[in-house]
Amino acid sequence: MSKEQRLSEIIAEHQSREGPLMPILHDVQAEFGCVDADSERIIAAGLNLSRAEVHGVVSFYHDFHGEPDARPVVQICRAEACKSRGVEALIADAEAAAGTRVKLATVYCLGLCSVGPNARIGDDLHARLDSDRLKKLIETV
Amino acid sequence: MGYERQKDFGTPRVKSEKHVTLTIDGRAVTVPEGTTVMRAASEIGSSIPKLCATDNLKQFGSCRLCLVEIEGARGTPASCTTPAAEGMVVKTQTPRLDKLRKGVMELYISDHPLDCLTCSANNDCELQDQAAAVGLRDVRYGYEGANHLAEPTDHSNPYFDFDPSKCIVCSRCVRACDEVQGTFALTIDGRGFGSEVSAGQTLDNFMSSECVSCGACVQACPTATLQEKSVKKIGKPERAVVTTCAYCGVGCTFRAEMRGEQLVRMVPYKDGKANRGHSCVKGRFAWGYANHQDRITRPMVRDNIDQPWREVSWEEALSFSANKLNQIKRDHGARALGGITSSRCTNEETFLVQKLIRGGFGSNNVDTCARVCHSPTGYGLKTTFGTSAGTQDFDSVEDSDVILVIGANPTDGHPVFGSRMKQRLRQGAKLIVIDPRRIDLVKSPHIKAAHHLPLQPGTNVALLTAMAHVIVSEGLADEEFIRTRCDWDEYQDWARFVSQDKNSPEVLEGVTRVPAQSVREAARLYATGGNGAIYYGLGVTEHSQGSSTVMAIANLAMVTGNIGRKGVGVNPLRGQNNVQGACDMGSFPHELPGYRHISDADTRALFEKDWGVTLDPDPGFRINNMLDAAVDGEFRAIYIQGEDILQSDPNTQHVAAGLEAMELVIVHDLFLNETANYAHVFLPGSTFLEKNGTFTNAERRIQPVRKVMEPANGMEDWEVTQALANALGLGWSYTHPSEILDEIARLTPSFAGVSWDRLEREDSLQWPVNEEFPDGAPVMHVDGFVRGKGKFVVTDYVPTDEKTGPRFPLLLTTGRILSQYNVGAQTRRTANVEWHPEDLLEMHPSDAENRGLNDGDWTTLKSRTGETTLRVKVTDRVAPGVVYTTFHHPATQANVVTTDFSDWATNCPEYKVTAVQVMPSNGPSDWQEEYTDLSQKSRRIAGEMEPAE
Repeated sequence: MSKEQRLSEIIAEHQSREGPLMPILHDVQAEFGCVDADSERIIAAGLNLSRAEVHGVVSFYHDFHGEPDARPVVQICRAEACKSRGVEALIADAEAAAGTRVKLATVYCLGLCSVGPNARIGDDLHARLDSDRLKKLIETV
Repeated sequence: MGYERQKDFGTPRVKSEKHVTLTIDGRAVTVPEGTTVMRAASEIGSSIPKLCATDNLKQFGSCRLCLVEIEGARGTPASCTTPAAEGMVVKTQTPRLDKLRKGVMELYISDHPLDCLTCSANNDCELQDQAAAVGLRDVRYGYEGANHLAEPTDHSNPYFDFDPSKCIVCSRCVRACDEVQGTFALTIDGRGFGSEVSAGQTLDNFMSSECVSCGACVQACPTATLQEKSVKKIGKPERAVVTTCAYCGVGCTFRAEMRGEQLVRMVPYKDGKANRGHSCVKGRFAWGYANHQDRITRPMVRDNIDQPWREVSWEEALSFSANKLNQIKRDHGARALGGITSSRCTNEETFLVQKLIRGGFGSNNVDTCARVCHSPTGYGLKTTFGTSAGTQDFDSVEDSDVILVIGANPTDGHPVFGSRMKQRLRQGAKLIVIDPRRIDLVKSPHIKAAHHLPLQPGTNVALLTAMAHVIVSEGLADEEFIRTRCDWDEYQDWARFVSQDKNSPEVLEGVTRVPAQSVREAARLYATGGNGAIYYGLGVTEHSQGSSTVMAIANLAMVTGNIGRKGVGVNPLRGQNNVQGACDMGSFPHELPGYRHISDADTRALFEKDWGVTLDPDPGFRINNMLDAAVDGEFRAIYIQGEDILQSDPNTQHVAAGLEAMELVIVHDLFLNETANYAHVFLPGSTFLEKNGTFTNAERRIQPVRKVMEPANGMEDWEVTQALANALGLGWSYTHPSEILDEIARLTPSFAGVSWDRLEREDSLQWPVNEEFPDGAPVMHVDGFVRGKGKFVVTDYVPTDEKTGPRFPLLLTTGRILSQYNVGAQTRRTANVEWHPEDLLEMHPSDAENRGLNDGDWTTLKSRTGETTLRVKVTDRVAPGVVYTTFHHPATQANVVTTDFSDWATNCPEYKVTAVQVMPSNGPSDWQEEYTDLSQKSRRIAGEMEPAE
């Protein structure tokens, strides 16, 4: 099945929903690892939106990417609570551990303020991190 | 007047019967309920600082500059999003507000280049104004932090630049593109500090995006981020003159913003009643032709068309013309002379040309380009309703519930009205499109037709009769309306006719190729969906059954009671800026101004007395008859004002033969157009920027055209016609078009109340303007039809004689495109060619495959009449069996292939149906080569450098 056919299937699956764009973008991101310019164009045509509108939504959300990125992602919370619990001191080591292999993303609050510093990998949350635990997480991701 | 920006109330006007009274800064103000506090303040001249608000866009509430204090309310709400309420007490200036606003402005300015003195918006910038208004004196944050100052400028659009370094991300451009134009080409890319206005997707620029260059974003921009290139080059305008656009029949009004004699930019006029402050790429930007190097500004003559042109004085050109005209009249009689008026010129100029022909030449051989476009509208609507014009104003579309578009492509042909229609469709009105092509209205962002009926070209009458069949046979007719407003006996005859089985959608499916079920559903929707309005264009009129189709449309409107109020009606979208006016002004061979037949002795007597002449009581020749008679030697001299019949009329070779046979062809135009290749006298014309007068748009709206610069050729066009009349000894002495307008009002009952002074005061008037309608008539036939009882006419479907067969298996239909206008004489001489450099032949993929054609291949397009070559564009916008092209470029000469078939009642040519064959090709046709040679030879001017061989 070509990419175009698969996109049409995804679009058809959600088209009748109220607000079909977001679920379509999620599926496309999950399946192809990105929502590239061609996908934006095809989704726009499918939903009777302009290319610009779809691009505006894709570019608004951090979790949608214009091109695929094969690196695993570790999200580190650097909001107030985690900051006060010392996350900033972990960053330099984390970056060194990540190198070019792992993508570190900053997020603001994972909802576990009392047990920070926190990180997230996929749908898994990791609390009470110290430098070693975070390094290990990054190295084994 | 000096230069002032147009007043901006911040948020849109609200239509409401109920009013509320509030107090703003101690002053009471009463506004319609739903009006915002910002607008209410504006109404009493108290201006609240604002950046993201402008009154043609919905309130947005993002800039946080328009905060106010409201007694009893917490905090400082944004005045642009707060509706005024009864008894509300508002303060717009307090120390607390000053501080807040200053803080906001400080943030904006911390990421803005401080290059005001060298900025193209200097002294015409809302950001600058608001910084001054809030008293910003310093920026505590400094300018060293992260910023957007190094963003590169996008120069890709030929008319405006996008410089994101100056952008404050107020989203006005994005919202203007969405809400006003309806193209949705712009977005905000990214989020937070990284937010940037973006055309299209990541790799797009403005030119490659979906942008149609209407200019709404440029107008909306409060800074120099989106700025006309002409302003960057010339500088800020110093005065503005309100005038009327000379492109299509929408009749947009613009402010011509001037610096001395130089036009800086055309900005849509917010109080314009046709356009309501909007514009398209043509009116807004494509005026560069006015100063194009091809423009001819000195009169020229030659004895025969093989010779090069000779530049001469006006006196010599006029006496050369007068002598020849007199001689031909002496030798062959008055009926050997005639002329063509221009739908591009003013009412006053058109009136004078027909006066010259009828009163001076002495014949009724006057015709106009409406012959080849909307003559069936005149005939059809006069027969059924009693007036040769549309029934509504453009505002009416705001009250429509079902819109039926047939044979029209408003988003390309009448873009500003197309945008207004799309606004209504996005509010929820339903749309039915009857068109062989999948035009943009069928499906484009946020627009989707409820029904698209892609009929075979040439079967309009069959389809409309099938719709009538459904309405009558399913009991959906509005009997009360018909009984009170129409002739009941005629209705019954008609109802019997449409009810016959042969007119059912099921039977006619074989002819129209539209599934019967879709026809039934569309008919039910139109009949029962609320206010139903029909909009149509040349896809209706330019057929052998053009007049029948117009009457079939009128029948549909009457049978459903969709006539005589807001939101309904029958609305021809007229092609040219003043085609309505040209028809009103007596441009047809059988009609004096005001559509009164030439054979009517009383009307004739009125004109004879006023003009001091005797008029020929017999109708004269139509254009095609003039050309036929020329070939036969009976018709010998023609005066053509502002029309290029060689390119625009059907069967080009026949037109050429007719012109070639004439002894005297006088072309009065801006350019040496294609017709001028056969001319003996060339009288240079003036542009709409160089003259005073009036145009009448598709909604019968008479609007002033005002001179903003002196004519490059030395005379306005009415003066040229007057000079020619006086060379013939007629002794005319008009000193201003207002005097001609007075004569028109004196002689034409429907114009009786029109005068230049009144137009100066009231901006526009919709005819009729007379005792019965002292202020004009936005909607016609309100209390009864002009003719008395509405007339149902039986419209038998008669297939055109132009049929497909083995030799010519495809049907060609023609049309126009957004960026080009008609034969392109003007738009081809502007940067609009960047969007449409050549005419292309649209063909369905299956037809292309059968012929081994790929996108972009050269093809020969051949009909029984002739052949031409052009490149193919493979697309499923057209159905299999149908091909489509435009006629904007003389190199293509699309009309070489169109035929002599025409409307049975009015001779309007059948441009929309030609049986053709399409084959691969590797070069221009013989005719194209011959014509190119002739045209190069014919354009030589003695004394100018010959082009190198």
